[in-house]
Amino acid sequence: MKPAPFDYYAPGALDEALALLERLGAGAQILAGGQSLVPLLNMRLARPQALVDLNRVPGLADIRREASELVLGAMVRHLQLERDPLVRAHVPLLAEAAGHIAHVQIRTRGTLGGSLATAAPAAELPAAVTALEARLVVRSASSVTRTLRPAEFFAGPLQTTLAASEVLVEVRVPIPEPGTGWAFVEFTRRRGDFALAGAAALARLDGRGHIAGARLALCGVGDVPLRLRDVERILDGAAPSESALERIEVEVRAAVAARTDLQLSAESRREVAGVMARRAIARALERAREARPA
Amino acid sequence: MGSRHRIRLVVNGAAVEREVEGRFLLADFLRSDLELTGTHVGCEHGVCGACTVLVDGAPARSCLMLAVQADGARIETVESLARGDELHPLQQAFWESHALQCGFCTPGMLMTLVYVLRERPGLDDEQEIREALAGNLCRCTGYQNVVDAVRLAARRMREVAETDR
Repeated sequence: MKPAPFDYYAPGALDEALALLERLGAGAQILAGGQSLVPLLNMRLARPQALVDLNRVPGLADIRREASELVLGAMVRHLQLERDPLVRAHVPLLAEAAGHIAHVQIRTRGTLGGSLATAAPAAELPAAVTALEARLVVRSASSVTRTLRPAEFFAGPLQTTLAASEVLVEVRVPIPEPGTGWAFVEFTRRRGDFALAGAAALARLDGRGHIAGARLALCGVGDVPLRLRDVERILDGAAPSESALERIEVEVRAAVAARTDLQLSAESRREVAGVMARRAIARALERAREARPA
Repeated sequence: MGSRHRIRLVVNGAAVEREVEGRFLLADFLRSDLELTGTHVGCEHGVCGACTVLVDGAPARSCLMLAVQADGARIETVESLARGDELHPLQQAFWESHALQCGFCTPGMLMTLVYVLRERPGLDDEQEIREALAGNLCRCTGYQNVVDAVRLAARRMREVAETDR
């Protein structure tokens, strides 16, 4: 038995969970998939007075389409993201990103909401929802429901703007237009390791085969997911050529303010980020081309 | 002192009912309370995979789950594999291929592979096998013999399945 003592609650309804969090205050922690929290408990780096487990709240792992959005419950597991037919059909970027997370024994438990609320700088899903311009729906017992853009949600390494009483309950993803190419690529030393740098990309082509909009977000290169709007603008209207891709790599390398850490020097990380961005955009364009009517 | 909870679950086909403290890990519950010491505890923070068990058929780190979270679940551990003296095809293949030395990582490898071969019967591709094993660390054998064992077991299990059909 390693974790320090806590009171464990497993509410059977969302309202009950919200009321508990309101009552228990800052000493309570939400338990989702537990793949980041339980290691911290085991090492006693986290010592919450109470855990509120969301695993028995019905409906939080649902995936449904609502008009032009795919709505994903916060307790959707990574493995579910990889395999769900609605996700694969409408937002395959999420399925591809989820496939890069750790190992299968982690993906069976880890959750979308848990990954976003943990906000690890190297994590895949925060970058993916940033590129997808998803909306994060946050509820609490006492205040109004908030709907946040990724940039309003991620506040720093392992930090979000969630209050102690708030729960991220669902992620609303605008379904990209038909014909949109996608890609998630990352560089790790070993399969399943944290990414040294990763890139999520979306791209569309117009009737002439020129780029009609691209999106790019990186993980592993800053405190929060890095959306690169300036680089996206370079691509707008450009022909999807080798020289365009070359320029992306150079621009990303210059745009990234990476730090040296135990894993990698800042210089190498900028290099890797540039290559990941280039590969993600190249793959997204390839898929956009395949999706065009012949 | 944290909260205590009464849990009911099915472990290796047998119904179990116990009272546990909220903070008690599933791995420790299996080993200490149920005396199923085949599930090994290595790193205790989700990296090594030695404690992998199946929870409702899906592989999970039992060091990253609380016992209380397994209330109502169906758990399979390495003890569920052999039928008396008859080893599971994966165990038999591990033995014949010399896929273990100290054996500490073996229970976690086996439970991961039980799941993988249920999902992908007949798995033979080396790269796929290595990726499937990426979440289980071994510090003795260097994995090559494990890959050989998986191929051998997958082939035999498929042959048996085809004979039975």
